[in-house]
Amino acid sequence: MNTLSGVMDPEVPVLSVLDLGVIRGVRINEANVEVDIAPTYTGCPAMDVISSSVQEAIIKLGVSKVEINTVLTPPWTTDWISEEGKRKLLDYGIAPPQKEGRQKRELFQRAPEIGCPRCKSNDTFCVSLFGSTACKSLYRCNACLEPFDYFKCL
Amino acid sequence: MDTCDPKSKYVLHLADDALILGQRLSGWCGHGPILEQDIAVSNISLDLIGLARQYYQYAAELIGNESTEDSLAYFRESREFYNHLIVEQPNGDWGDTMARQFYFDTFHFFQLQKLTISEDLRLREIATKALKETTYHAQFSAEWIIRLGDGTQESHQRIQKSISHQYPFALEFFETTQVDKQAHELNIGPDVVELKGEWTEKVSEILSIATLDDIDPNAFAKKGGKRGIHSEEHGLILAEMQSVARSYPNAKW
Repeated sequence: MNTLSGVMDPEVPVLSVLDLGVIRGVRINEANVEVDIAPTYTGCPAMDVISSSVQEAIIKLGVSKVEINTVLTPPWTTDWISEEGKRKLLDYGIAPPQKEGRQKRELFQRAPEIGCPRCKSNDTFCVSLFGSTACKSLYRCNACLEPFDYFKCL
Repeated sequence: MDTCDPKSKYVLHLADDALILGQRLSGWCGHGPILEQDIAVSNISLDLIGLARQYYQYAAELIGNESTEDSLAYFRESREFYNHLIVEQPNGDWGDTMARQFYFDTFHFFQLQKLTISEDLRLREIATKALKETTYHAQFSAEWIIRLGDGTQESHQRIQKSISHQYPFALEFFETTQVDKQAHELNIGPDVVELKGEWTEKVSEILSIATLDDIDPNAFAKKGGKRGIHSEEHGLILAEMQSVARSYPNAKW
């Protein structure tokens, strides 16, 4: 687990795979290790990098064989990101995802209010639902005028 | 592929829609009207290609016989693809792309909703995930229809033309093929006719907000894609998409 907390998301380098909540299970059988990983966004190119980084990190511990399994159930949502992870996101300047359920958007509904990670104002504006990576939307703060990323709620 | 069982054919049909539309949208990468739109369609394209991969991986397991996600995507002929005709339509201008996307996303949303209660566990798992992403797609394309329809006189005229032109292709969604029928009998896929009501209602609602003409649910439907009969465009997409894999069949990168 210590080793895995050092494996970072290539797109959001402050989050480890543990913060992200994608590790669903680790089984150790003498010299073989099996890791279950839940994919985040369906088309996210970072998933392959994450799998190979996990594999590499474990092999460095002297394990002879590492097997990565993809598990789809229960599906990963942004609720799997740990509280610690959400705090790290905010410090990094990315507005963390809101809790699913209460604020979950239904088809064609308005976007929920997102706080600016810099000045904390709630007076923000969604510039684009799709941002620089599959997991982010692009926002701008009307108070401090800074653009910022919002970690898209799934 | 004619030797496939009904379930594999149904999964291929789902996969082909996602792949062909994903490939189409990727054509906008670097050509979007403004940066945000460029990024948005590229994101949607990635989501769809990611979804296609999940379906193809599943189809390859069902078909066996050494097929893989790559062999299914790159080494089948046009007649063996079961995507809807609408997804292979050319990108045209931004309005044409958004009209195509709006019809498809709205259908895709309701289709995935039904797939989340499929008897097939794997389809259920894939759909549960994809539904969340598709909600974003549907919102994005609907907002564009409204913006263009209720925009300037020129944008209104042009999006009306795109909406009317793509409509007969959209009606193919609700044609029940043998594969749809079997999938529904196996309780793995929805009755496509049943999706028509929800779809028509949502599409009409958005078109009305966009100040565009309402659609006629009984209009003529252009059909064939789901049975492997495609337009000329389809061959061109495959030629571009498959050429590297076919020229260097064992290439790795």
